[in-house]
Amino acid sequence: MAEAAVQPAERGEDGHHTSLGLSNDKMGMWTLISSECLFFGALISTYLIYVDRTADGPAPGEIFDIPFTSVSTFILLMSSLGMVLALAAIQAGDMRGFRTWTLATAAMGATFLAGQIYEFTFFVEEGFGLTTSAFSSSFFVLTGFHGVHVAVGILMLLGIWAASLLGRLTPAHDETVENIGLYWHFVDIVWIVLFTVVYLIPAE
Amino acid sequence: MTATAEQPTTGQGAFRRPTATTGLSSWFTTIDHKKIGILYFVTAFLFFSLGGIEALLIRAQLASPDAAFLTRDQYNQLFTTHGITMIFFGVMPLSVAFFNYLLPLMIGARDVAFPRLNALSYWIFLFAGIFLFSSMFLGGLPDGGWFGYAPLSILGGDPLGETLGASSAPNVRMLFYSVGLQLAGISSLAGAINFIVTVLNLRAPGMTLMRMPVFVWMSLVTSVLMLFAMPIIGVALWQLMFDIGYGANFFNPAQGGDPVLWQHMFWLFGHPEVYILILPAFGIVSEILPVFSRKPLFGYTAIVFSGIAIGFMGWGVWAHHMFAVGLGPVANAAFALSTMFIAVPTGIKIFNWIATLWGGQLRFTTPMLFAIGLVAMFTIGGLSGVTHAVVPHNYQQTDTYYVVAHFHYVLFGGAIFGLMAGFYYWFPKVKGRFMNERLGKLHFWLMIIGFNLTFGPMHILGLQGMPRRVATYPDGMGWNFWNLVATVGGFIIALGFLVFVINVLKSRKNGVPAGNDPWDARTLEWTTTSPPPPHDFDVIPQVTARDELWNRKYAAGGPGRQPMRVPSGGSADAPAEPGAHDPGAGDAHDIHMPDPSYYPLVAAIGMPIMAYGVLFTPILIAVGGVITIAGLFGWALEPSAEEH
Repeated sequence: MAEAAVQPAERGEDGHHTSLGLSNDKMGMWTLISSECLFFGALISTYLIYVDRTADGPAPGEIFDIPFTSVSTFILLMSSLGMVLALAAIQAGDMRGFRTWTLATAAMGATFLAGQIYEFTFFVEEGFGLTTSAFSSSFFVLTGFHGVHVAVGILMLLGIWAASLLGRLTPAHDETVENIGLYWHFVDIVWIVLFTVVYLIPAE
Repeated sequence: MTATAEQPTTGQGAFRRPTATTGLSSWFTTIDHKKIGILYFVTAFLFFSLGGIEALLIRAQLASPDAAFLTRDQYNQLFTTHGITMIFFGVMPLSVAFFNYLLPLMIGARDVAFPRLNALSYWIFLFAGIFLFSSMFLGGLPDGGWFGYAPLSILGGDPLGETLGASSAPNVRMLFYSVGLQLAGISSLAGAINFIVTVLNLRAPGMTLMRMPVFVWMSLVTSVLMLFAMPIIGVALWQLMFDIGYGANFFNPAQGGDPVLWQHMFWLFGHPEVYILILPAFGIVSEILPVFSRKPLFGYTAIVFSGIAIGFMGWGVWAHHMFAVGLGPVANAAFALSTMFIAVPTGIKIFNWIATLWGGQLRFTTPMLFAIGLVAMFTIGGLSGVTHAVVPHNYQQTDTYYVVAHFHYVLFGGAIFGLMAGFYYWFPKVKGRFMNERLGKLHFWLMIIGFNLTFGPMHILGLQGMPRRVATYPDGMGWNFWNLVATVGGFIIALGFLVFVINVLKSRKNGVPAGNDPWDARTLEWTTTSPPPPHDFDVIPQVTARDELWNRKYAAGGPGRQPMRVPSGGSADAPAEPGAHDPGAGDAHDIHMPDPSYYPLVAAIGMPIMAYGVLFTPILIAVGGVITIAGLFGWALEPSAEEH
């Protein structure tokens, strides 16, 4: 949805005026994020209900590799810094800096995703798959959907990067970058919750 | 491009940006909220008709005891699909059709906030419906009930064992349910975001929140409910999909899963969904009753706030669908109380509507009849609803026809009557012609008689213990007569809708021409032409009053209770524009509307392909994903025609 933001024609009735003073795109992004809170809320609730229903499969403390996931968490959190620097660059009119930081943010997101794919593969090889138990199903679907959100974020970042190369994204469109940043930071914050709830709390 | 003239386009990317705003091809690329509204209505009405045919088949089967018109397997498919069709592909998109067409006109805007997203919503909805119904040719329609309770939704296409050995296979039919509704949910979510931003952000100068028509308010509340309810059912449907298609264990007790979790998630969505279905109709009658009573809406503030209250309280009553599950006396008592409380704001609305009628100069046109029909029929359904809140009573009624009677009184007697009222009321705006009054009234009387014949007796059948969702019933239970009556009633309803379709086909070309303001109405959509121009308003209106158009036509505050006509001058036909110096004013040729676009259609086409991939092969998921992503990239980078 934020990709629609690249076209300023959809911003408001006449390009700038809106009833509440907030642009349509930004309000749309906040509205989407509020809905996503319920989405992840439902997934996290399911996980918490099922966390000890491991059937005969591994329990949380037995399977997670916290040092490894801590590293990928650190990379994902640093990508938020990259997002901030990309926005700062485009607001300063520095398109080269904007492109650099946008790609760096996407790369950090991709590294996180690669870590998740590695982790999933490792788990499955250890006999902990989607079908193992109610706990395993809720783990894979919860963290998997977070991964999908990261992937969508990467696509949006590549979208604004491509748009800037084509000259369709200029410093006048800095709000588009800001809105995608809102999404990216939201997905990061969700991961902070997930990392705490899924990995840290059960590891006594 | 300008709103009226054609311009040559050049384009980069796969498609030239289309410019045609008329002709067949324009319907595939349109992002005009009025055209999308019409598309929504026509499509949803077709699905609604399919749902009606399903209902007639069910009634034909139940007309007599021990009937074998349908097999039990067919019956299960039909009652399940009837529910899904009417709720997700009938009433919801019919309401969305009204949102699309009316919201921008009512708040004085030229389109919705995200026109292309609006088109995307429509196309996803269409493909979701086609996907769901394609199951008919791919192993059968969904058969686990619209509520999809596990384990029936997961195991076995045929738990009754008519096809022996089938019951251990995964229920592929319910994959169509989980994935199809997922798509419909994405469409609703995109629509909800669009309507919320439109209502909050695109209001004309002077259109404060408390001057908004009640229909706009109810649309806003409905959209907020959709925004928060869709992700919950979304998660539940994903989980169901993983259970059926990929062997996950969310609702499989053998591996630690819990079927009751599905029920909680489903009804945590499902009860707000009830208000998603009814609030738009409440908004519609709140527009119609004042116009045909020639009185301002009584208790506008109370109606608005009771709608908001319903929007909040609707989240706290879901477990009254689960009283018989065994949640314990504390939970049951708490949800019984909250359920009784939620009847209060609904009652406030009913009393305010009655007070609006009270002492008015009533004109019993077709829309007015349907609106009064809603008030009367919904009240009956609301009263039987309160009886469900009494837990012991609920134990008695659960899974009987009493419940079927109740929710048809609120959803058919409420939502459908309201939507029909709205259709007759706004048809002159959309087509510039009246519907035929005589046929309209015939439609109304057939419908209200048929409706009460069909669903009234179900109260009795239910209290006599007739279970719902069972394909037939034995002779000698005392159920034969009322079942036959209900079947006759069902066919009378169908006759009513036949009259409606004939009326639409007749009136759209040959109806009596209607002017801009044929009903002497009060809201902004009647200030523009019928049908409205692509840019809705030549001049963005300035709003100074709640009943803006009445305020322009009639002097406020005359002696007595009757509004007084302005003697002469700046009145009805050419209302003076207080905002003549408004920056939006000017020649219509200067108004820039967004260009049509192919990309919403492209992005939407990928989604059913992905959905089939869940059923057949992951390759299709990848193909569909690539198409959707390509469509969205094309969308993001699409130039507007005028940039060249």
